[in-house]
Amino acid sequence: MTTGTEQNRNTQQVNSKKTVKKLVLIVFAMFGFGFALVPLYDVFCDITGLNGKTSTTAANVNEEGIDTSRIITVQFISRMAKGIPWQFEPMMNEIKVHPGETKLVKFYAKNQSMRDIIGQAVPSVSPGRAAIYFQKIECFCFNQQPLKAQEDVEMALQFYVDTELPEDVSTITLSYTLYDVTGKVES
Amino acid sequence: MTTDVINEQDSHDSHEAEHHDDHKMTGLKRWLYTTNHKDIGTLYLWFAFIMLLTGGALAMVIRAELFQPGLQIVEPDFFNQLTTVHGLIMVFGAIMPAFTGFANWMIPMMVGAPDMALPRMNNWSFWILPFAFAILLGSFFMESGAPNFGWTFYAPLSTTYSNGSTAFFVFAVHIMGISSIMGAINVIVTIMNMRAPGMTYMKMPLFVWTFFITAYLLIAVMPVLAGVVTMLLTDTYFGTSFFDAAGGGDPVMFQHIFWFFGHPEVYIMILPAFGIVSTIIPAFARKKLFGYSSMVYATASIAFLSFIVWAHHMFTTGMPLFGELFFMYCTMLIAVPTGVKVFNWVATMWRGSMTFETPMLFSIAFVILFTIGGFSGLMLALTPVDFQYNDTYFVVAHFHYVLVTGSLFSIYAGAYYWLPKWTGHMYSEKLASWHFWCSLISVNLLFFPMHFLGLAGMPRRIPDYALQFADFNKWVSIGGFAFGLSQLIFLAVVIKCIKGGKKAPAKPWDGAEGLEWTVASPAPYHTFSTPPTIDDEK
Repeated sequence: MTTGTEQNRNTQQVNSKKTVKKLVLIVFAMFGFGFALVPLYDVFCDITGLNGKTSTTAANVNEEGIDTSRIITVQFISRMAKGIPWQFEPMMNEIKVHPGETKLVKFYAKNQSMRDIIGQAVPSVSPGRAAIYFQKIECFCFNQQPLKAQEDVEMALQFYVDTELPEDVSTITLSYTLYDVTGKVES
Repeated sequence: MTTDVINEQDSHDSHEAEHHDDHKMTGLKRWLYTTNHKDIGTLYLWFAFIMLLTGGALAMVIRAELFQPGLQIVEPDFFNQLTTVHGLIMVFGAIMPAFTGFANWMIPMMVGAPDMALPRMNNWSFWILPFAFAILLGSFFMESGAPNFGWTFYAPLSTTYSNGSTAFFVFAVHIMGISSIMGAINVIVTIMNMRAPGMTYMKMPLFVWTFFITAYLLIAVMPVLAGVVTMLLTDTYFGTSFFDAAGGGDPVMFQHIFWFFGHPEVYIMILPAFGIVSTIIPAFARKKLFGYSSMVYATASIAFLSFIVWAHHMFTTGMPLFGELFFMYCTMLIAVPTGVKVFNWVATMWRGSMTFETPMLFSIAFVILFTIGGFSGLMLALTPVDFQYNDTYFVVAHFHYVLVTGSLFSIYAGAYYWLPKWTGHMYSEKLASWHFWCSLISVNLLFFPMHFLGLAGMPRRIPDYALQFADFNKWVSIGGFAFGLSQLIFLAVVIKCIKGGKKAPAKPWDGAEGLEWTVASPAPYHTFSTPPTIDDEK
């Protein structure tokens, strides 16, 4: 009977080792999954426009025609992230467009400090679900903006609103936040 | 002759050899080197209680500051450090280690195993915990102070705007995570491989079942927590941009990843409580648990649902309507299996021959008060009204009802229930009922008015408030001090019980069931060296 128990113990230990291996594998897989959520989230947001992020690449010129039956108000907001001594503002606060109509608006930026600074504007669209219908043909946010001390610049944004924009959206707010990326990513 | 053979085998088998050594060790060495599940269980339980008092002391300072409107005792920044560390300590230092302590003590005895499957890892998983909390608490004495961004450490508050102790916070959380993961692996391996012959899965005591499922939740989400704090660390110190919009990251993504961990985490803290209460109510109602298998399935469904409801913590972050509806309905769905459990407990008590010893008192209080916490949870699950409740004291009231009168009360219930088995003495029923009634009255004085404060719009995590909240806050603070002091009665009960008292029989509760009551009280250092036989009738 005792030897029976002893055998039982041995099989238990062999089984335990197998279980431990599987569980450790799960732990590492879940650690990886945590990081995999980062690209997954980006893909998910690209498809759904969940986080109000607009496309980071230039759109093609609109060829679908203009829907003159609708008028969309596009508002522009700018704000500075903590610690960037720039003046940065849209040169017009809002513009009325028909879906499909291409418009050009300008933003003014000035480096008010005595040192060279590289800025990066990050766009965000509200309501978030309008983000995928906001098409930018040309945008200063596609690139970083290096400005020398006291230098100023007018930056262009060329865009159109997709004709597929949901019926109940009549106002789109485009917000730019300007960040100081000097010395962060040189590209 | 046979014994000789076995002894020889034993000396080859390091685990066995160590067990025999354990007996001879005394003093500090016994506790440092122990691989015995009962010793480690005791260590976990004492550690959890010390952390409960530490976290409680921080809460006392918070309540002292909030006793009156205006700033009188602490600076706002220090207040933020208090709320942050209070939350972290109670979650990772008090509730979770207490349940792991129960698991260590009881699971091997409940399934008829001689010890946990991995005794050395067991020692390791406990002994790294004090270091984690030494790091966390030590940051109070640093120049910048302890972490001040809330236990949920939302980015960019915890990255761009954090103070100098963020790295210490991250490493402390890493260590806590490693400890929990090792503990969870140990439990799963023990339950899967070391059950006594004849104990099928559906014959396991419910506490074993709930902790089994909890352990799976732990190994699934603690690595995600480790991942998210690692991202936080690299964002803060190494220039990555996981959560930094300037570099293409997204601060809202932090909340998604955090709550993907955070929501299963809240079930990690309540499922073992369900198990404890499901053990105690039948014992004092002197009836079999109503609906054993439905309890098991309900636990499993809650665990599954906990993975698809995380964004209900984020209704106000600007989700699309479809997302809000999806997470709202999934969250409300959790009320179904939870309701099954509550009705099962009530049905178990129905027409039972109930007696009201302290474990039963705490269990009944658990059923009623946890249900209140569940209902306020349902209210919070409703997207439209959540916009009003979000970040108010209503949320604080909700999670303290489920965590204090839920998890903590179940821990007390379990502690009283098994104290005779642990110490070999009966605790003082009189002192214990003082503990219960003082706690019950003060805890409701403490948390119930918070519902009204929240509905009236008092925001959480703020050291000052508008004058109209003054009266309620005064009562809340008085309740808080009374509740804190009441816990010292528990300390007195336990010390008294360890030192002496009426000798406990092997089975002090006549309605109790389970293998742990078949061994003597106090439980011998080694139990079930030969597996018990499980009779088919159960």
